[in-house]
Amino acid sequence: MTADVSTERPAAGSTAAGDTLILPSYGRAPAGNHPPLDFTGYRSTALRHPKQPLVLLPQRLTEVTGPLLGDELITPTDADLTTQHAGEPQGQRIIVTGRVLDSGGRPVPDTLIEIWQTNAAGRYRHAREHHPAPLDPNFDGVGRCITDSAGRYRFVTIRPGAYPWGNHYNAWRPAHIHFSLFGRAFTQRLVTQMYFPGDPLLPLDPIYNSVPDEKARQRLIPEFSIELTQPEWALAYTWDIVLRGRNATVFEGRPA
Amino acid sequence: MSGFVTPSQTVGPFFAMRLPWRDGPYVVPEGTPGAITIIGRVFDGAGNVIPDALIETWQAAPDGTFAHPDDPRGASPGGYHGFRGFGRCETAPDGSYRIVTLKPGPLPAPDGGTEAPHLDVSVFARGLLDRVVTRMYFPDEAEANGSDPVLSSVPADRRGTLIAEPLPAPAEGVEGSPGQLRFDVHLQGEGETVFFDV
Ligand SMILES: [Fe+3]
Repeated sequence: MTADVSTERPAAGSTAAGDTLILPSYGRAPAGNHPPLDFTGYRSTALRHPKQPLVLLPQRLTEVTGPLLGDELITPTDADLTTQHAGEPQGQRIIVTGRVLDSGGRPVPDTLIEIWQTNAAGRYRHAREHHPAPLDPNFDGVGRCITDSAGRYRFVTIRPGAYPWGNHYNAWRPAHIHFSLFGRAFTQRLVTQMYFPGDPLLPLDPIYNSVPDEKARQRLIPEFSIELTQPEWALAYTWDIVLRGRNATVFEGRPA
Repeated sequence: MSGFVTPSQTVGPFFAMRLPWRDGPYVVPEGTPGAITIIGRVFDGAGNVIPDALIETWQAAPDGTFAHPDDPRGASPGGYHGFRGFGRCETAPDGSYRIVTLKPGPLPAPDGGTEAPHLDVSVFARGLLDRVVTRMYFPDEAEANGSDPVLSSVPADRRGTLIAEPLPAPAEGVEGSPGQLRFDVHLQGEGETVFFDV
């Protein structure tokens, strides 16, 4: 937050001489960091990826701002997917925790995280879900939370199961949790998936392997933490999520 | 050059468990004076509708400001009641979405000049390994659109994909909002929407 106390607000659309608008800018991820939109191993991309090249959009006001959605959206049970019903869900209870950072290592505070996942048997609670695995009356598989002032988040949930999908013969998605994050700016918006260390399905999964860079791909896998594991109760995984960071020159020349 | 970030992955077919919000399509509450409704459909490269896409919109207030610390002009004193700038709507089985909002104002551009009123639009879907980003401009802003720096950077024959179509006002006594616009998104193929690298 700036301590700008000027009362004279330039009119929207003002182009008066000397009225220079100084904005932060967000760095682009290096080549190979994100999956290409056209990836033959994942069949559904075939008719859904743009064929024309993307047009470069230098970031402007709309791109460097974004929705700052607050605590009013959150209820106490939202971050604990095991206590949303009267009974305990089936499966292995886990803690998933970490920080949301930008690529400059700065924490991203007060940002909304939304998650969804299968139950322990690999089944989603969704009308178009046809996998013949049992539903769990005590598990919806949806959660949300807001990062604290240090960018930390924490979910308690059930380890999701692998599930079959129709991409190719005998295709199975490795166990994963879907994550959606806003960050502080439109450019930081991210939807991704968290997998689990050592899953034998990972080398076979076209969605995971659509990320070209090996190191970037490994950013989708948390670390098991014995320190945060709670005795007699739940295994813990730590996963830091990294959003685009501001370019280093941002603060130079900012009006005092 | 910038450091690695967490890679994007597709939203998949089941995001509707969590991402749609009951009030998601309402950037302002229904019935807000001056509210406009944007409707549209999302199409794939075969011309079929996409029934499992998610549309998100982000935009300035009617005076061209953002309630955000990085808008150096600061948000409007008092702001616009109930206006959150953000809209989210999943597509229906017929590929359609709907956003109820206020028309944004024009914006100053950092390189001088003025940006015409617009919304930034993100599209997420199964089969999209990353979101795609486009912009929606307004059909009644020919002059402002003509000098908009972003529209000007798009090949002239594709600019039309970024401009919404006006829809006729509903007849008297018929339900519907007088300010209705249509903004279809074509992910691929004929009339492919212009998408931006932001
Ligand atoms: Fe999934």
